[in-house]
Formats: sequence, structure tokens, C-alpha cells
Amino acid sequence: MERFTLKKLIHMISQREISSAELVSMYFERIKKYDHFLNSFITLNQESAEEQSLIADKKIHAGNYDLLTGIPYASKDIFCTKGIKTTCASKMLENFIPPYDSTVINQIKNSGAILVGKTNMDEFAMGSSNETSYFGPAYNPWDLERSPGGSSGGSAAAVASGIIPIALGTDTGGSIRQPAAFTGITGLKPTYGRCSRYGMVAFASSLDQAGLLALTAEDIAIFLEVMSGFDPLDSTSVEEAVPQYSDSVHDSIEGKTIGLPKEFFNNSLDAESQRILNQGIDIYEKLGAKIIEISLPNVGYSVPTYYVVASAECSSNLARYDGIRYGYRDDDIKDLDDLYRTNRQIGFGDEVKRRIMTGTYVLSAGYYDAYYLKAQKVRQLISNDFAEAFKEVDLIIGPTTQSPAFSIGEKIDDPVSMYMNDVYTISSNLAGLPALSHPVGFIDKLPIGMQLIAPHFQESRLLNFCHLFQQETNFHLQQPQAFFDN
Amino acid sequence: MKWETVIGLELHVQLACESKIFSSSSTKYGMPQNTQASLVDLGYPGVLPVLNHQAVVMAIKFGLAVDAEIAEKSIFARKNYFYPDLPKGYQISQYELPIVFNGSIEIPIHDKSMKTIRITRAHLEEDAGKSIHDKFDNASAIDLNRAGTPLLEIVSEPDLSSSEEASSYMQKIHQLVRYLKISDGNMQEGSFRCDANISLRPLGSNDLGTRAEIKNINSFKFVEKAIEFEVDRQKTILEEGESVIQETRLYDSEKNETRSMRSKEEANDYRYFPDPDLLPILVGKDLIKEIKKELPELFDQKVGRYIKQYSIRKVDAIEIAKNVDIAEFFEALTHHFNENYQQAANWLLSELMGYLNKENISIKNLTITADTSAELLQKIHENVVSASMAKIILKQLIETNDSVDEIIEAQGLKQISDSGQIEAIIMEVLESFPDQRDQYLSGKEQVLGFLIGQVMKKSSGKANPKMVNKILLEKIEEYRRI
Repeated sequence: MERFTLKKLIHMISQREISSAELVSMYFERIKKYDHFLNSFITLNQESAEEQSLIADKKIHAGNYDLLTGIPYASKDIFCTKGIKTTCASKMLENFIPPYDSTVINQIKNSGAILVGKTNMDEFAMGSSNETSYFGPAYNPWDLERSPGGSSGGSAAAVASGIIPIALGTDTGGSIRQPAAFTGITGLKPTYGRCSRYGMVAFASSLDQAGLLALTAEDIAIFLEVMSGFDPLDSTSVEEAVPQYSDSVHDSIEGKTIGLPKEFFNNSLDAESQRILNQGIDIYEKLGAKIIEISLPNVGYSVPTYYVVASAECSSNLARYDGIRYGYRDDDIKDLDDLYRTNRQIGFGDEVKRRIMTGTYVLSAGYYDAYYLKAQKVRQLISNDFAEAFKEVDLIIGPTTQSPAFSIGEKIDDPVSMYMNDVYTISSNLAGLPALSHPVGFIDKLPIGMQLIAPHFQESRLLNFCHLFQQETNFHLQQPQAFFDN
Repeated sequence: MKWETVIGLELHVQLACESKIFSSSSTKYGMPQNTQASLVDLGYPGVLPVLNHQAVVMAIKFGLAVDAEIAEKSIFARKNYFYPDLPKGYQISQYELPIVFNGSIEIPIHDKSMKTIRITRAHLEEDAGKSIHDKFDNASAIDLNRAGTPLLEIVSEPDLSSSEEASSYMQKIHQLVRYLKISDGNMQEGSFRCDANISLRPLGSNDLGTRAEIKNINSFKFVEKAIEFEVDRQKTILEEGESVIQETRLYDSEKNETRSMRSKEEANDYRYFPDPDLLPILVGKDLIKEIKKELPELFDQKVGRYIKQYSIRKVDAIEIAKNVDIAEFFEALTHHFNENYQQAANWLLSELMGYLNKENISIKNLTITADTSAELLQKIHENVVSASMAKIILKQLIETNDSVDEIIEAQGLKQISDSGQIEAIIMEVLESFPDQRDQYLSGKEQVLGFLIGQVMKKSSGKANPKMVNKILLEKIEEYRRI
């Protein structure tokens, strides 16, 4: 089975080598054949997708079509989709059908791409392994006993296995980059404010950002163009022009400076990962980049800072789930207190409840200053570290994860060890910076990712570096062959 | 021991924005339940608030009118608590950095002097929805039409020392927000509500006593009554040597009492934190300048101008300016006159307001315009209709859509000012009542009233009374010579 890039599919459509209807049914066949191993989809949108593909074909036939007309894609089940269940992988929203489309879904719809289904994820995007999903974990196509990462685990597993060419994800602390690394694909978290958050179910509002998982930087560039820009419905989206990302991917990086934060290359990284990363860095050097060591002195505080800020915001964001207007509502409610207690106790899973309780605690009278306020101050220091670093360098490179994909069940009972998974990715969320993970090699047949971090709104730089890297290497083209042989 | 009462008020003023503070839903009152709640107001997953700029402008207007400082940067915070009529599980409000702070206002107090009341802050926030507990058996209902309605919460320093002062302050702020047109101030509809913080301390003491907060008082009368009840209650407690408990109490206007809602221990920990969905409100000097330019003439200026420009009595000027709607009606009336402003003021205050008060109609809902009223006034002035006829015409004007002339015509209310016609009626009366005529001539002058009455009756009230008086005296004298 061949995993098609978006670029290839666009070419095939434009050359009339395949119709949208054929393309859509091909992907549904693949999903049917492989997804029971992966559990990467929660909801399929087959009937509507097939209908849309027929309309797309008419447009294509008439020559009246856009770049993405008729191209299938998947969305993490956190983006509200009008008339299609949006569960956030939670019992709370198991039967929730939004009456509206999120802005990002709407933008993609307008581009002509066709939504095939909604992918599995950690419940309310809280988790790093996809194991907190109410619908069970998604599985990593490189090794079905391993996690595809999280929270955008379903999107990653689906793209890596070739059952969808590209998928939407969200990244609050690494939820796109870590799954991309674990499944050997490319994942981009754009700058905070680059894509609208309207209609994206909120986890931690000041950190959440929509992004993409695909096989190549080029594919991400194409999709990012249609889903970026200011949205009057999201006050935190930024009025900043959207560049033609796919044009600048070919630019030379000759003479650009890459910074390696010494804090990212310490003993928390195993020797083999270090060796593979160094090989990747050599490739950038070969492409003409200058490599220097830098320091991000406060980046070591990222994980605790993140878990205070993100939990605080989630405790408030998830307060709306009371079962009154929508969502899980128990039949046996005695009184008002019982309504809140029972609906939320049964509707939410353990990890979600853990974070709500943590967040409630850090915002409580008497603890606010010691936790929330202090975390905000540290967050500012971390942002300042990056701002300082970017005075010297064009790009920062580090690992995406400490190790390749871990086994399902390995960390789920040890929250702190699970949280430490995001040690390299969290700081760019805290600073609102765009960051990308691309495949850089393998350890024991498991993919390893490399993380690139750029200044605000420099997604084009990330995609440019990554694209040149992918022209020089073929890590991103490696397929999970054993999975297809199943 | 002598006690001093210390009161601070929190006024919740519904801003007269057409749409809600964070969504595009209408704020219109009295619509069918849950028809004015968008996905944002319903707290749907994924939705985000977007600030209504109009509300910011209104808050700044208020701030400027009370000589307050306007924050260059103010932020929204989330006040977290669970209640079914609070769809998001938090209320978006302002906490640490309100948009308006350090203001003050002068209020009239009992001895006709003025007292300055400091305004600590005024901040923007959204209203909650309504819980309805008495409509269904065994179930409560939620109406979210009000959820997200823009409010300005105005917090005073504890500078008020009596129930009268509290009421005076409340009325002054009410008048101000109506003048600024930032609120309709409709208290029945809950557009203007008050929470009162009340404590007592030994007279002369500088320390504040323990306070109780009385929630949701919605009339000037009730604020006085609630405070009086609460002061008595606290006085009794203190004089028995007990301590007042810090708590939230509810005023029951039917029983005229306050009763405990929750104590400090039971108080919510609201876990305020900055709302990450909203950017700080940044107010530049240019915006403030622009808003300053648009500030309307306020009460004190109006009274002064009325006395100077229209030469009306001060009491009338004050009475008219008290209510901005009456003031505007008066000003529209004055456009039709170059003199006789006092007559217009008299008519407005006694005739028109008398009628409206009796019928319980607000001048805002009055169907007749100032133009029509001016027309009627002119008719009185020109003796076309009598003052008593004008009363009937006014009633008709309000009740029908007819014009002044149509009413006069149709009802035959035109005053008879033709001396020949009046003379004829008088002669008829004098012939019909010879006894009364002779009684007058023999010195019993009070009979004149009876005769005038008969003339008016015969003319169906239309005879010009001044002329009747004059001609009757002339004619009756003629009988003396016979």
C-alpha cells in the first residue's frame, strides 16, 4: 500500500488520474481495512463525504476548482463540526452534535477539502498517549503495542498508516509534535493566534493552538495557508498577513543560524537519541546553516509551569459541562449539588478530573499567588529566554521527545512520568511560538522526531528548513511496513 | 451608646447596548424565554466571547461624568462558580484592573447641603440568566435571555451614613446613567439593582464594624427600608453585647425584613483569574477625548441654563431636569415659543405630568409629541380653548390619534369668545333667574358665581370665562338702572 502525500493527490486530481469520488472511497476502504487495528477514528463521515466528492468531481470536470477541491482529510475530534458528533473522546460529549462549524473546519470546507472523519484523542486533549480516550487508545502503526502519542494520537496514527493523507490536530503542550515524532510523520503547531480557536473545544485557552499532521512539510504548507488568519470570532487570533507557505519552502537556508539549547541536550536524553539528533543537525549544517549552542536558562521550569497554567484554565473551561444544556446527564439526580457531582463524576475520566482538581486548587484563595501567579511570572521568564535567543539565532533545534514511542499501559498509572513526556515541547506553547517535529531517524525500528522552534509567525521558516531536510533525507518516507503486512 | 451607620452601595446598571457584551444576541427585554441566547450565551463547547465596544464607551462615559480615572489597560477576569443559570460555570467580570476607578459624585442630603460620595470603581461584567423555580412542579427552569447582558457595576466607598443618603446616592446615579443614556434605568425590569453593605460602629470610631451585604434591592424605597431594618437589627445585636456576623442577606420587600442567605464561611471562593479568551481593554487618550466631546449636558448644568435661558422658577427647573425624559420634552416644547416658557413649564409639570402620573404612563411612552403639545399650549394662550377644555383635549390627544384641531372640531370644544354670542346667553340667563339677579343687586354678591355657572352651563362650558365675567357684570348693572 502506498501512503500518498497531499501534493501527490493534488497532482493526480489535476491530471485526472483519479476522481475525488475514487479517492474518497479508497480512503474509506483503507480505514475499513486498517482502522480496527489502529482505533484512530471515533466518527466517520462517509455518506456526506461521498456526496461531497461527487460535487467536487463535477467542479473538477468543469475546470472550476481549487487546489484542495475533492481532497480528503481528517480532523481531531475536538473541532466542532456542524451535524457531526464532536466527542472530545469524552463520555461527557459522547452524543454531542454541534450546531455549528469551527472556523478552521469552515475555512477548510471553503477550500474544497472533504472531511472523512473525526479522529481519536486523549479526553479533552488531556494526555500524552491517547490512553485517556473514552473510546479506548489509538495504536501506533509502527508497533501496535505502543502508543501513537497524544493527545492528537488518532490523527497521527491515521496519517502514519496512510489511511488519511493529512489531519488536523491541536497542540497545548506538545499534542501535535509528540505524536508526530512517535509515528514518524511531520507535525506543526503554529504560533498562538495564527489559527482561530473558535469552535475548537477549549482545554487551556492561552496555550491551545490548531495545527496539522502530515507526511511532509510541503503538505502542511498547503493546508496551513487555508486555515490561518484573523477571525473576528476569536479575539486572541492575530491580524497578521498569511504568507504563501508553499512558495517559501524551497528557499535556501545558507548562512542561517541554528541554536541548540544546552538545556535540551542534557542527560535526560539517551545516547542513541542524541546520536540520531546529531546526524540530523549535521544535515542542516550541510545545507549551509551555522550551528551554535545557546541557553534557555528557565526552560527547565516549563513542565511545572505548564501544569499549573493549563490545569487552572481547564478547571474553568470545563465548568460548563454540567449536563444541563448538553452533554452527559445522569437519570438519577437528587438535587442541584448531586447534579453537578454525578454528571461530572461519571461524564469525565480520571485524567480530566485530576487536572480540574489541580486547577481548582491552584486558583483557590490563599494558593493563587504561590501557584498561578508564580507560574505566570515563570512563563514570562521562559518567553523572555526565547526572545533573547532569537536575537542570535534564526531557529532553535532540539529533540521532540526523550525516547521513541512507549508501550500502552507503561505510563498511564504514573502521571508525573507521563507529564515529563512533554518536557521539550511545552516551552514553545508557554511562549506562544511556532514549532514543528519531523522524523530524523529510528531506534529499534521506531521513529524519532526532531523539533524546530521559530520566532512568532515564522511558520514559513519552520516549513522551509523542514522541507529542505526532507529533500535530503528519506526518514519521512519510511512506511510502517510490518503494519501493512498484517 | 450612640452608633454611626456606615453604608457602601454596589449598583448593577444594565447598559443600554443593543447586543450582549460578548455575543451578538439582542438584549431586548421581555422576549419569549431562551430566544435571545446564542451559542456563546449558552456556553457551548468551543465558543469564544468577543467584546462589545459600545459597552466600553458607555463605561468610559460614566467614568468621565464622575471625574474618575479611566484605566489605560483593564482586564477581564473569570469569576468561577456553579449555578444552572450561569452557563459557562463562570461569569466574565473585571476584578483586579477595572476600567473606571477613583471617582466621586455630589449628592443632596437632608439639610439641603451637598455631600461628596467617593466611587471606588466601576467595572464591566456580564449578567447571568434567570432561574425560574415557581413555574413547574418538581423542576426549575432556566431562561438565558438575560445571560450575557452588559452590566456596569458601580462600587461606592462606605461614605453613606443613613438610609436617606443611600437612597439619594442611588437616585443621583440613576439620574446620571439616564442622562448619559447608558442605561434605561428601568428598575422593574431589573436594569438598575443595588446591593448594600451595612455596618455600625460606635460614634466617633475610625474602625469599620462587621458588615452585612443585602442583595438585590430594586427600588429607592426598598433601599431605605432594607437599610433601616438592617440598622435596627445590627443595633439590637450590638447593644446586647453580641457581634454581627459577616454574611450575605436578602431583603424581602413583602415582609420588610432581611434574612440570611449565606455566611462568610459558606461564601464561594470565586477563583478569579484573568480570562485568557479576551485581550486587555486598552483605552487611548484620543478615545477619551472623543467621548468627552460627546458627553451630554448634565443635571446641574441644565438647571442653571433653564433658569438663565428660559427665566423659569428654580423649583420648576429642578423638577423638570430631574428626569432627562421630561427635560427633553420641555426643551422640545420651548422650540415653539419665544416667551411664556414659565407657562409651558407650568402646563408640563401640572397638566401633562399630572395626567401621566395619574394614569401611570411614562413620559417616554407618551404618544403625543412636543409639537402637538405646543400647539395645544398655543390654543390656550390665544384663548381658543379654555384651560379646562385643554384638559379634555389632552386626554383625547393621548387616547386617540386625532389632531388638536380635529378634537376641538369634533367635540365642539372651541371657546366662545364672540361678545355678541356671550351677551345673548347672559341675557337669557338674567331673564331666567330674576330672583338671583335681584339678590345680587341688593348686595348679595356671592350669587354671581351661580349666574356665571348658569352661563357656562348654557354654553356647554365653552364661553370664554374672562369675557363672561366682564359682560355679566356690565349687563347685570343695567338692571339696576331700570
